[in-house]
Amino acid sequence: MDIPRIPLGDWIEGGLTWLTSEYSLVTRGISRFTQTGIDVLNDGLMWLPEWALLGLIALLCWKLAGTRLAIGAAAGLALIWNLGLWNPMIETLTLVVFATMVAVVIALPVGIAAALSNRLYRVIMPILDFMQTMPAFVYLIPAIPFFGIGSVSAIFATVIFSMPPAIRFTTLGIRQVPVELIEAADAYGATRGQKLFKVQLPLSLPTVMAGINQTIMLALSMVVIAAMIGADGLGSEVWRAIQRLRPGDGFEAGIAVVILAMLLDRLTQSLRKTRQ
Amino acid sequence: MDETRPVKIKVRGLSKVFGKHPQKAIELRDQGMKRPEILEKSGQTLGLSNISFDVYEGELLVIMGLSGSGKSTLIRCLNRLIETTEGEIIIDGENIPTLKEKALLECRRRHFSMVFQNFALFPHRTVQQNAEFGLEIRGVEKTERHKIAHDALKQVGLEGWEDAYPNQLSGGMQQRVGLARALANDATVLLMDEAFSALDPLIRKDMQQELLQLQSKMQKTTVFITHDLDEALNIGDRIVLLKDGEVVQIGTPEEILTKPADDYVRRFIEGVDRARILTAESAMRPLRSTARESDGPRTALHRMRDHAIDSIYVVDRNRRLIGLLEADAASRAIEEGADSIIPYLTQDFRKVPMDEPLHNLFAMFSEKSFPIAVIDKQEQLLGVVVKGAVLDELARAGEQ
Repeated sequence: MDIPRIPLGDWIEGGLTWLTSEYSLVTRGISRFTQTGIDVLNDGLMWLPEWALLGLIALLCWKLAGTRLAIGAAAGLALIWNLGLWNPMIETLTLVVFATMVAVVIALPVGIAAALSNRLYRVIMPILDFMQTMPAFVYLIPAIPFFGIGSVSAIFATVIFSMPPAIRFTTLGIRQVPVELIEAADAYGATRGQKLFKVQLPLSLPTVMAGINQTIMLALSMVVIAAMIGADGLGSEVWRAIQRLRPGDGFEAGIAVVILAMLLDRLTQSLRKTRQ
Repeated sequence: MDETRPVKIKVRGLSKVFGKHPQKAIELRDQGMKRPEILEKSGQTLGLSNISFDVYEGELLVIMGLSGSGKSTLIRCLNRLIETTEGEIIIDGENIPTLKEKALLECRRRHFSMVFQNFALFPHRTVQQNAEFGLEIRGVEKTERHKIAHDALKQVGLEGWEDAYPNQLSGGMQQRVGLARALANDATVLLMDEAFSALDPLIRKDMQQELLQLQSKMQKTTVFITHDLDEALNIGDRIVLLKDGEVVQIGTPEEILTKPADDYVRRFIEGVDRARILTAESAMRPLRSTARESDGPRTALHRMRDHAIDSIYVVDRNRRLIGLLEADAASRAIEEGADSIIPYLTQDFRKVPMDEPLHNLFAMFSEKSFPIAVIDKQEQLLGVVVKGAVLDELARAGEQ
């Protein structure tokens, strides 16, 4: 007997086509907003001369984490500048920062809501599992019909891919607040809002920051992959090196990604520690 | 018990079932089943069953029981950190279990401060900010709440520690912050959930003394939970004894010790140093006979002979104790033809207030062994304690 194949892929494509045509106004709006945001951020960072931005970042590192990170950051950025990868690096940084901001803005309220409502928690957790285990490349495909080739699609895929840890850690952080402290807040007659802002959020902040750190790291890895759908930056340098079979160029761009990753990671971790 | 004292919290028929089908457990309870059977039959845990008691204005009421007795559940029902299954908790005319969310918040803010076993201080707030918490929640203006919290910290001896964080403090000091947080809030009732149980024994005794001192100053209505009978007897004005979610006995520390309601209470009070808690009142006997100040020596001697005693206490018209007349002094008065016994009275006897600890009385029996007079605040004679009665009382305590 021939069991007919379930046309799962057809359904999804149908759904996506329907979404693109029905909600083109929405997608166009998102697209314009995102593009403007990226451009402004990118132009801002580009407008600064290399040495000035390098100095500023080193200063920030020194302020937050001390001399060692400041020296490391300066040396790493100087190397990138020297390799002529400054502009792609800035483009990548822009994408990462913008995608992270969007992801966090969505993740915080969702994470808080999931922490406070068991029902929502049960709904959201499988969705997060889905988002995280789906191969990252797959998000790139529907991004194109929605937003076309380019940075906006990259941001869309990156936000979806990098958001789960921020949601998870926010939920975890709030749920980890000791029961006695919640009881104490309740016993003194705190409203839900007071409890959230005076007790739950401050106490979960270190965990939330760890989640944001994870989100940044995932965003960085995705932004590089997103070069395949036309995102600018270090990823496209790597992509070009692959197509031309030039391992030297590929590694140079790859090292620049590593430097950027380490810089962002140490910086956000130190942010977390000083808050504690 | 004094029934005329103003009641602050009235608890009537309070029950709490843990589980999804509370009504089932209540039905089984009403058929006379106990906690283990109910759990087996319905899968529901009967946490509290039909609890009724009053908390009087200004008293320190101790709720005592071993773990599993439901004491922590009970205190959390009072301010509804735990929802009740049935029953009433009435404070100033409001029935707490039926309050709407907003009214409940208002009620908690106005009526309840709470001190927790593990302190439950906010680690991200300084000592000062912790003490201010309740006031901040109520929206008290900044400079004012700062001042109130500062005063509360001063009261518990933590002046100078305002800017420290809780993790920089010892356990005893942390609980002082917890106490300051509760005092600053100035709610009408103070709830203390095993507040001193996590402290080491010496600090615990200190804290108990301090609480008693604060209490004598402020007369705040306090509900104190403990599993420690010594603590309960030491600080409680009255004690509610819980077992398996039911009230076993309610009474003053003395009543619990001298008239245990059942074997459970009796076993519970084993090992408590009873002489330390027993007072003159428990060994006191009513007077068989007294002489009045207007009596002549013959009348007085006659009374002594009637009751086969060789001395008699003499009181005035208001039953105030004015002296002791010995039989030979009375005979002398008759020989000398005196009309009044007043000049023949001796003051060579001991008088004690009702709450004098029993062990202090031992030393007071002189070789003449007059009974010790027990008087109240107006110097009125209430009764006497004879040497035998003290021994008797202590012996009975020893048996149990």
